Amino acid sequence: MTGAHIKDDLVDTTHGCILYLEEITVSFDGFKALNGLNLYIDEGELRCIIGPNGAGKTTMMDVITGKTRPDYGTAFFGQNHDLTQMTEYEISHAGIGRKFQKPTVFLNHTVFENLELALHAKKDVWHSLTKSLTGEQKEIIEDDLETIGLKEQKNLRAGLLSHGQKQWLEIGMLLVQDPKLLLIDEPVAGMTHQETEHTAELLKSLAGKHSIVVVEHEMDFIRSIANRVTVLHEGSLLAEGKMEDVQNDQKVIEVYLGS
Amino acid sequence: MKGWLFIFGLLAISTVLLPLLNLWVPEESNFHIPDYMFPLIGKYLCYALVALAMDLIWGYTGILSLGHGVFFSMGGYAMGMYLMRSIGKEGVYKSDLPDFMVFLDWKELPWYWYGFDNFIFTLLVILILPGLLAFTFGYFAFKSRIKGVYFAIITQAMTFALMLLFFRNNTGFGGNNGLTDFKRILGYSLQDPSTKMSLYIITAFVLFSSYVLGRYIVLSKLGRVLTAIRDAESRVMFSGYNTIHYKLFIWTLSAFLCGIAGALYVPQVGIINPSEMQPANSIEMAIWVAVGGRGTLSGALVGAGLVNGAKSWFTVAAPDYWLYFLGALFIVVTLFFPKGFAGIFTKLLSKDKWRESA
Ligand SMILES: Nc1ncnc2c1ncn2[C@@H]1O[C@H](COP(=O)(O)OP(=O)(O)OP(=O)(O)O)[C@@H](O)[C@H]1O
Ligand SMILES: [Mg+2]
Repeated sequence: MTGAHIKDDLVDTTHGCILYLEEITVSFDGFKALNGLNLYIDEGELRCIIGPNGAGKTTMMDVITGKTRPDYGTAFFGQNHDLTQMTEYEISHAGIGRKFQKPTVFLNHTVFENLELALHAKKDVWHSLTKSLTGEQKEIIEDDLETIGLKEQKNLRAGLLSHGQKQWLEIGMLLVQDPKLLLIDEPVAGMTHQETEHTAELLKSLAGKHSIVVVEHEMDFIRSIANRVTVLHEGSLLAEGKMEDVQNDQKVIEVYLGS
Repeated sequence: MKGWLFIFGLLAISTVLLPLLNLWVPEESNFHIPDYMFPLIGKYLCYALVALAMDLIWGYTGILSLGHGVFFSMGGYAMGMYLMRSIGKEGVYKSDLPDFMVFLDWKELPWYWYGFDNFIFTLLVILILPGLLAFTFGYFAFKSRIKGVYFAIITQAMTFALMLLFFRNNTGFGGNNGLTDFKRILGYSLQDPSTKMSLYIITAFVLFSSYVLGRYIVLSKLGRVLTAIRDAESRVMFSGYNTIHYKLFIWTLSAFLCGIAGALYVPQVGIINPSEMQPANSIEMAIWVAVGGRGTLSGALVGAGLVNGAKSWFTVAAPDYWLYFLGALFIVVTLFFPKGFAGIFTKLLSKDKWRESA
């Protein structure tokens, strides 16, 4: 099979890479939040991104999901989706899902309804008006509730969940959305030790089938899941490699781990 | 909350029972509903329809419009133009042209009055024009991601600009007098009690159907997407929904219902003039919904009834104080009862439940 046969809406990963960021630069009133950032994510990879506060980690996710447009640089999803030209919902349709740093769920909807809204399905006005959930779709949601441990809270308003549960719900929403690439910003903030371990297990089990980019500050968590780690500093790439190598890198120790 | 059952019953009663009480109960009885009541209640039902439309866009989707008076007036003026044309040569000047045109010394009908002697044409204009204007306006506003206060201000400016335009005599809609002195609709005299009753029944039926439609929408997944847009629009976009389409749909539907309300209002009230497009009028529409309870359809309908009931009372008893009262009411509701009347009602109900189980 060659690239020419790949339909436009599929993600062309024939070169093994699912995300390409090249020379990405974003400035806010002259301040460069990202400065010539290069990042490549392989298909099926689980990549951790670390870096001090304000390094540009969240801004990078904003660029990938179309929330922020770069001043300069290219961002491709597969080889055929130019992310800088797509709207948020088109990017979501192409197969990128995102968990925000501050957990963002629909507080006035029940846990079940949150998952229903996120579920991978036709999302145009007409379908929303006329179609209700099929038995199969309900099953997917029930399975997901099991995975994220919120079966009991299924009919509870999401606003009543604890911080950790909201994090889980948002991860659950990502899962039913079934994206090819998951961007996860600080998933374990506010979670207990046990919940953190559970999250690590979950993410590890997802890698391979999905490509995952995780931003975290929690070092033990990173250590428990990391394969490759990328360190950002002042909007550019400071170091990249295996966890052990990065940890012993003199530059990294100076700007981040040393503190 | 069984508010919807209550409203359902209320609407059924107003559609069927009130006309029966007029026709079958003898005039001496306390239960007899006199003829003159019907245009009055009909007017209230038109306001209730506006409140319903307003609640769909503001209460459920979080988009505050302060320009719904425009859509209401468009429906109203279209109907008014038809009613003007139906006067025929029976006006003061015995001319084929509407009186105000003769007064302005116009010799022929302006082109945009063509077709309004035909009821079907008029009906199409009523059903299409307000929605079309809303769609076009919304398309550009939503595409440029205009939101919140900015959107409210632009809609308010729109209604103000159109009001000024319609105030001018040369615009061709009767200037500040507007359109009035109607004689008949579809050949039936507007003075005839049976015509009044028919208009009333049609209004009640339209409101009833709109309520059923609104309920269907807010209970569907579409309704959940709308409230999700209200609460966290970026989350909805990142979940793969083109929120512009959703906003356009409900915004256009809201304007459509508002235009129908205006068209039903005019033959029952007997006049339409530019004051319907006063900025304050559109703000009042938002207050109906705030008082009744944003985000519950029954609340919106009740709010329209309560505020307009109060207004009728004030206009007779203390006309100078109405605007002060309205302002104070709005502030009190926003500060202390963010869920409006419906919220108070639900709270009372749930307290009772708690007492029962305790
Ligand atoms: N919309 C914005 N306007 C102005 N400055 C911004 C904006 N968004 C981010 N910044 C700035 O860009 C820099 C990078 O922010 P970003 O949120 O990407 O950092 P981060 O690496 O995610 O940090 P943290 O670990 O605290 O989440 C910060 O200095 C921030 O203040
Ligand atoms: Mg961040």
